[in-house]
Amino acid sequence: MNIRIDILRRATEESPPWWQKVPFETERENTTVAAALNELNSGGFHDIHGKLVEPIRWDCSCLQKKCGACAMVINGRPCLACDAVLKTAAKKGVVTLEPLRKFPVVADLMVDRSILFENLSLMKIWAEKELVMTDRATDAAYDASRCLQCGCCLEVCPNFCPGDDFFGAAGFVPTSRLLASMTGEEQQRVCAAYASHAYEGCGKSLSCAKICPAGIDIEHLLLRTNAQMFRRKHDRM
Amino acid sequence: MEVNATQAGFVNIIGAGLAGLSAAIHLARLEIPCRLISVQPSERAQSVLAEGGINGALDTMGEKDTVEAHCEDTLRAGCYLADPAAVRGLAEHAPEIIRFLDGIGVPFNRKDGTIQLRNFGGQKKKRTAYARSSTGKVLMSALIDECRKYESRGLVARLSHHAFSALLFSGVEELACAGVRVEDVYTGKSIDCTGAVIFCFGGLNGFFPGMTTGTTANSGDAAAQAFAQGVRFGNLEMIQYHPTTIGISGKRCLISEAARGEGGRLYTLRNGKPWYFMEEKYPELGNLMPRDVISREMYFVLRDPDCGGQVFLDLRELSGEIWKQRLPDLRAEVKHYLGLDPAKAPIPVEPGIHYFMGGIDVDEFHRTNVGNLYAAGECCCQYHGANRLGGNSMLGALYGGQAAAEHLAGHLPGMLAPLPAPQADNDCADPKMILQISEILLSALGIARDGNTLQSAQEQLEDLLGCTRNEREHSRIYLALAIIRSAAFREESRGAHFRVDFPETNEEYRRQTVAHFDGQVKMAYRASLETTP
Repeated sequence: MNIRIDILRRATEESPPWWQKVPFETERENTTVAAALNELNSGGFHDIHGKLVEPIRWDCSCLQKKCGACAMVINGRPCLACDAVLKTAAKKGVVTLEPLRKFPVVADLMVDRSILFENLSLMKIWAEKELVMTDRATDAAYDASRCLQCGCCLEVCPNFCPGDDFFGAAGFVPTSRLLASMTGEEQQRVCAAYASHAYEGCGKSLSCAKICPAGIDIEHLLLRTNAQMFRRKHDRM
Repeated sequence: MEVNATQAGFVNIIGAGLAGLSAAIHLARLEIPCRLISVQPSERAQSVLAEGGINGALDTMGEKDTVEAHCEDTLRAGCYLADPAAVRGLAEHAPEIIRFLDGIGVPFNRKDGTIQLRNFGGQKKKRTAYARSSTGKVLMSALIDECRKYESRGLVARLSHHAFSALLFSGVEELACAGVRVEDVYTGKSIDCTGAVIFCFGGLNGFFPGMTTGTTANSGDAAAQAFAQGVRFGNLEMIQYHPTTIGISGKRCLISEAARGEGGRLYTLRNGKPWYFMEEKYPELGNLMPRDVISREMYFVLRDPDCGGQVFLDLRELSGEIWKQRLPDLRAEVKHYLGLDPAKAPIPVEPGIHYFMGGIDVDEFHRTNVGNLYAAGECCCQYHGANRLGGNSMLGALYGGQAAAEHLAGHLPGMLAPLPAPQADNDCADPKMILQISEILLSALGIARDGNTLQSAQEQLEDLLGCTRNEREHSRIYLALAIIRSAAFREESRGAHFRVDFPETNEEYRRQTVAHFDGQVKMAYRASLETTP
């Protein structure tokens, strides 16, 4: 199988981006974009102009869709490189790789996703008191716990803009993990953060639900957490 | 939060997986500030890959499980090579650790308000608390949130995208650590962080790229550097081959032991008919024998000319309820990577490298041979002896981080003045050299080993020493040599270390191998362990 991999490269955040087009041959049908990048980085590959492919900078870790490190834009769609099979992803024999667009680029396909974690700190996503898990709450807490913090949901969200008050699904999914088993004043505090940074800015396009590489049922979590927030408001009235 | 690298009183934790988070949280609870230093954020740590569960004698299933039984199972599975005092501490603290995790919102499988426990290999009682088949991921999510609380209070300062470069030593005492030099992988800039250090950088996956079930982000450089700087390592020959792995693009993927805990059966085709070899050979525990035993049996079965050269994991008899409530992610994963539904077709499996029982030599408080330096989690040699029990890795990481933090809290060094560090050599090892070393190691460190192959591997590595271009390559070869020499040194078979030329266990070797470097690799044995089988 011969595929051309077009990679949007840049040495640093400030350097101008440029496309490097690399012919890639593999006999394995299930070769993923991640495996191809690892192979290209093992050395000795040349692009279509005969220029040596210098090591491509990108993040990867588990290669099993469980850590979210290798999120990038593949043929225009944000997804995990370890989940994207070259053969399936290719359009007319070409696969394009670009860094996620809502985060600062460090180099090549590597982006700085610190804002994801800063937003969770701003929302104070933690429990001060011991949580009481119930049988009923387990399903929602489990699903929310699987959030990879990969950033794919933010890439397609029409309402998320870095630096704004709306933090998108990457902000509210971890919130719903805590709210599944929180009570009392703590619940009130986290509900308020949810209202300000999730509920109020969300246009309910649910693009996030369709793109989530972990397959989290975001719509269900959203409905559940909205209901919880309104119950809480109603209780206070 | 702005990180001040030279501020006194900070502890430096290298690695932000389960062990690193546990150490940070426990230090913070004692009001001791730390820097949590990692190349990638905690969400990307190998710990998120752990699937099956975490052991603890909670005894919620009415089987009269006890701490003593947990302790004994761990020591027996480790072929009595683990430190009994340390293992006792691990087993005693396990129920409390699981209750702590429950209290920070880990959604363990539960029924009528009670945490459910499942069967796991090498244990006769149900002892493994679990969250379906993604226990590691959900534990990490809860611990990350818990750690964030202490970050907000200034007790944990994260240095993400920073890699460990070298230990800094104090001039006061020989081999006393005064801090670490770390490199910002975004900018290439180095900074020196003073203070005591806890290593939590994971196992030796980076020495076997693409051949393990672990993270590919682990380069092995941290371990190699630590070894080259005089940190002592133990039991390096003890490498766990997990019996049920599958090959996926770029690495091995684990099929959790939970699949067998829930009723999965291993078989091969002998003369065309299914042969459930584990059930026939080991009637008591069958498919739930410890991993070293199963992998070794698979090794023999695969070489039996009457057998079909393939072992299968049969999960077809598992109920819909088990798939839905206990193994949903495992089913999705097999469907995705192999294109087969394990509820309808058997999975072809092979043993694959999964865990390193050996690592940095530590005592029961997780102190290393270097003053002010601790190690916890898979990077250290503790609790698992010659073979680790499933369900004990996450427990070992969490308890190890806690034990190191608590001991360090009572022994915090005063002002540390690092000696001027040598000029940093941050050149990476050549990928081709890394691969060459890996191939040599793999050729000699399979499930079955022998003296001649080990000798040949040692000679090849020594030859490679002459071809190195930088310090990282040099250090890597020295640690690779230590692994090979540890395997050659142990002239017996025990746990994961099976020597075809010494197939019996020899009680004279019930000792930990110790490797250290002082210009050359040196081997020794730790004194005999006081354990009664």
